[in-house]
Amino acid sequence: MILLTHNMLASPMKEASKQLHLKIECEEKVEKEQEYNADFLNRMIERIDWNSFCAAAQSLDVGNGLPESKEQVDSSNEEQMKKIHHALMEVDVVKGSLVCTETGRKFPIAAGIPNMLLNQDEL
Amino acid sequence: MSRPEHVAPPELFYSRDEAKKYATSSRMREIQTSLTERAIELLALPDENSYVLDIGCGSGLSGECLTEAGHVWVGCDISKDMLEVSKEQEVEGDVILNDMGQGLPFRPGTFDGCVSISAIQWLCNAETSTSNPYRRLLTFFTSLYRSLVQGGRAVLQWYPENPQQMELVTSCAMRCGFGGGLLVDYPHSTRAKKYFLVIYAGQRDGQIHKAPKALGTEDAQNEARFENKRDRAHKGKRGREDISKKEWVKNKKQRQRAQGKAVPEDSKYTARRRGPKF
Repeated sequence: MILLTHNMLASPMKEASKQLHLKIECEEKVEKEQEYNADFLNRMIERIDWNSFCAAAQSLDVGNGLPESKEQVDSSNEEQMKKIHHALMEVDVVKGSLVCTETGRKFPIAAGIPNMLLNQDEL
Repeated sequence: MSRPEHVAPPELFYSRDEAKKYATSSRMREIQTSLTERAIELLALPDENSYVLDIGCGSGLSGECLTEAGHVWVGCDISKDMLEVSKEQEVEGDVILNDMGQGLPFRPGTFDGCVSISAIQWLCNAETSTSNPYRRLLTFFTSLYRSLVQGGRAVLQWYPENPQQMELVTSCAMRCGFGGGLLVDYPHSTRAKKYFLVIYAGQRDGQIHKAPKALGTEDAQNEARFENKRDRAHKGKRGREDISKKEWVKNKKQRQRAQGKAVPEDSKYTARRRGPKF
């Protein structure tokens, strides 16, 4: 699971408000090459929640050199954009879990696939 | 026709073996690819580089088409085995294990569009004693509406079992605020007939949703024609109109085209006699 997907995810728990993000507990990550696409990246920067993205990037040790807020993102600065691209698209969490910040429910990630299934009693 | 949703719940039906079939069978690949291409055409995204959700992505066959069309996608599926196959094949998109009947776990306004190939008929079955198909459908459509951007489109290809099921699913979508409706490609053909639920989540400023045109509906063949006594007198012995051999061939070709069969184009040689043989 890459950080872009993580940023778009919300906790499926009934008690959680749908805006909240899940915390990453990473046990294993791999870095994979992804084509740099400036057009798509600009589009996604508008859409992602910046604070959550920075926090997640820090927890995976790829947060160095990222601007602190969305306003500081300079789309003409290619070096900075490449860094954002790397953190957002190229770091794949293979093993670990996602933790719902409100209920503490853990969603395990195995082989890069987060398991968001709920049990019968959680519906 | 056998219906897999009558055999077992999706997480069990799409097992390791079934997942392998999807990865290797060229026939399944071909069907899935052509369905996805038609769905992307109906989705009519304004530009490339869109962020698209694929519901019931399975082994990622539909995702490959999305990547080819220049979009970035996220897939979700209930079968772990199918998702593992997609990871083995190193598809471009990210995948999530999720039951669509429990709702999609995404933030509001995330996706530009959504495609789903042969998946939502699974929602119409009660897999456990506690699940209620109607409630699962409502949860699914509510969360789908929420995760699409304003004016986003969803194209869901599926195999309805009977008219009641069609009515149920469409009415659930409308109840959750979606516009649009059901589109049937090749309605006169049994084999080529395909159902697409094309629905819109609201409207952007200045955006007008035009209803797409179904394939294979060019001529209205199933309408009764008016005829009067004088016309009948011009007909031949068997009560049919006298038409030339060429016209008969052309009509037949047109009929088969409407059924979605591969028919050679008309030319000046159509229905001509072959020359004398030596």
